[in-house]
Amino acid sequence: MIRLENVEKVYQTDRIETIALSNINLDVKEGDFLSIMGPSGSGKSTLLHLMGLLDVPNKGKIAVGGKQIVSYGDKHLARIRNEEIGFVFQTFHLIPDLSVLDNVEIPLLYRDLKAAERKRRALAAIERVGLSSRAHHFPTQLSGGQQQRVAIARAIAGSPRILLADEPTGNLDSAMGDEIIAILTELNEKDGTTVVMVTHDARQASKTHRIVRLFDGRQVS
Amino acid sequence: MLAHTLKTALKVFLRRKFFTGVNLFGTALTLLVLVVATALLEHTIGPHAPELNGDRSLGVFNAKLRGDHYATNGPPGWKLLDLTVHGLPGAERVSIHSGFAPVATYQTGRKVDFYLKRTDAEFFRVFALRFLEGGPFGEEEVKTGARVAVLNASTKSKLFGADPAVGRTVETDGQRFRVVGVVEDVPSLRLTVFSDVWVPVTTARGDGYKQELIGSFLATIVGRTRADLPGIREEFRRRVAAVPLPKPGERLECAAETYVEAVAREFGFDENGTLAMTAIALALALLFMALPAINLVNLNVSRMLERASEIGVRKSFGATSRRLVGQFVLENVLLSLTGGMLGLLASLAVLAVINANDFIPYAKVGLNLPVFAAGLGFALVFGVLSGAYPAFHMSRLHPVTALRGGN
Repeated sequence: MIRLENVEKVYQTDRIETIALSNINLDVKEGDFLSIMGPSGSGKSTLLHLMGLLDVPNKGKIAVGGKQIVSYGDKHLARIRNEEIGFVFQTFHLIPDLSVLDNVEIPLLYRDLKAAERKRRALAAIERVGLSSRAHHFPTQLSGGQQQRVAIARAIAGSPRILLADEPTGNLDSAMGDEIIAILTELNEKDGTTVVMVTHDARQASKTHRIVRLFDGRQVS
Repeated sequence: MLAHTLKTALKVFLRRKFFTGVNLFGTALTLLVLVVATALLEHTIGPHAPELNGDRSLGVFNAKLRGDHYATNGPPGWKLLDLTVHGLPGAERVSIHSGFAPVATYQTGRKVDFYLKRTDAEFFRVFALRFLEGGPFGEEEVKTGARVAVLNASTKSKLFGADPAVGRTVETDGQRFRVVGVVEDVPSLRLTVFSDVWVPVTTARGDGYKQELIGSFLATIVGRTRADLPGIREEFRRRVAAVPLPKPGERLECAAETYVEAVAREFGFDENGTLAMTAIALALALLFMALPAINLVNLNVSRMLERASEIGVRKSFGATSRRLVGQFVLENVLLSLTGGMLGLLASLAVLAVINANDFIPYAKVGLNLPVFAAGLGFALVFGVLSGAYPAFHMSRLHPVTALRGGN
């Protein structure tokens, strides 16, 4: 589903060159549930961003959904992100001015869908995370766990085949964290969604199919 | 999509009330000044009654008599005009008339101030004054120096109230005039036509004015068509050059020109300076719009920086840079149009105040369709100018950078 071959990512400023990732080779199969672990600064989020086409590698090849990424043009990447990938962020990144429903509709705005169909799909995603009664609330009216469930609803509203979660439980207590992992597990098991999750939490990582470990930008297992 | 964008825009505007207020105020104030200025300009030189033939008219507004060590400058005298403007080839009508001079009358024990203008009979054919009572004085009355007068409606009202004025008399400057007509008020910004009272030029005290090259008169020449104007100018120039001068070695400078050319000359531009003056006026107007727009660009950049995370999210979920530019520009255009509408409402209020008060006597300044359209156009230009750059700048943020807050 996602394949990285000899991927390298270097951040360069005027004086300093930082190798964020070096020689990464990773093959994420369809239906996989993968954890990426490692200490802070080891390149976990950078790897997730590359897999989600939010960032561009300096070297190497990336394939998503079986298709090699040959062009990193804005329009091309936007289409792949919209159709193939859903993102869940540690700090939720909900738009505070918009209701839960409007937030969840965001990925559908960039598809050729009628308003009624967008609403139907968004409500279905909200129902999936158990927040139907909160569809017209605003993010600030929700708890952290509920906000992360809204973020998951937004990520799955467009029915992507890949879900990329960057420390989705990092800002939550363990009970709420468990709820979120349960939702991700269900999406993986019932829908066959491929899930890649960055986490510091070994307990949560142990619930996934396999763990990739990074250290100083290198893949160590 | 549009509904979502509008909803987002409304929420953002309401969340940032101060910014929204500053933005609306800036746009509304700029538009207010531009729309009122345009309306006044249009009111002054636009093709309205009584000056319906402005596009094919020339005026003789100024003359200069130079000697070796002196120069006399001012409105042309009767003699100069009488020698030069009659029978110009291509001219349909010509009128010689004085400027407006302040006079006073005592009516039923109180002083009434007004302006008086002395004209020939052609004046009422050259300019489309609308008669409410009676009619104009004619050639015969001018020829015989008959003491007849045409009043404007306000003066008539001050002197005679609601009663008919034709046949009644007005005494001023030691002369008694019989009222033969009452016309609608002429706005005071129509400097060529404006007055409160018009009387025959031949009622002037004495004949001294008939010998003057520099005096207190002006002439209006209406060409048959616009194409006749260059020929009229040339022939007028030739005739001026042939006017006998009082002393040897003197030079007379006088041109038939449009009103705008005369204004340009007053501002120090030469005879070909109309274009330069128009360009400077346009540049000033653009600068006037650009300064608040640049300020708004700054405000918008900081406002949008606060929305970096939103940009990151939208990019993550499939928004292209182009789509984001569209969203932010649309938001700005909406804000500017709202500011524009407020500006137009404020302009209507200011124009109503101008019309209702005596700042500009007899002003009937209106927000006509071209001015309204120009106002909306300004608002749109404003919206695009102040929104496009920040939108473009922010839309190009790297998604990861945007998700980190734009830093």
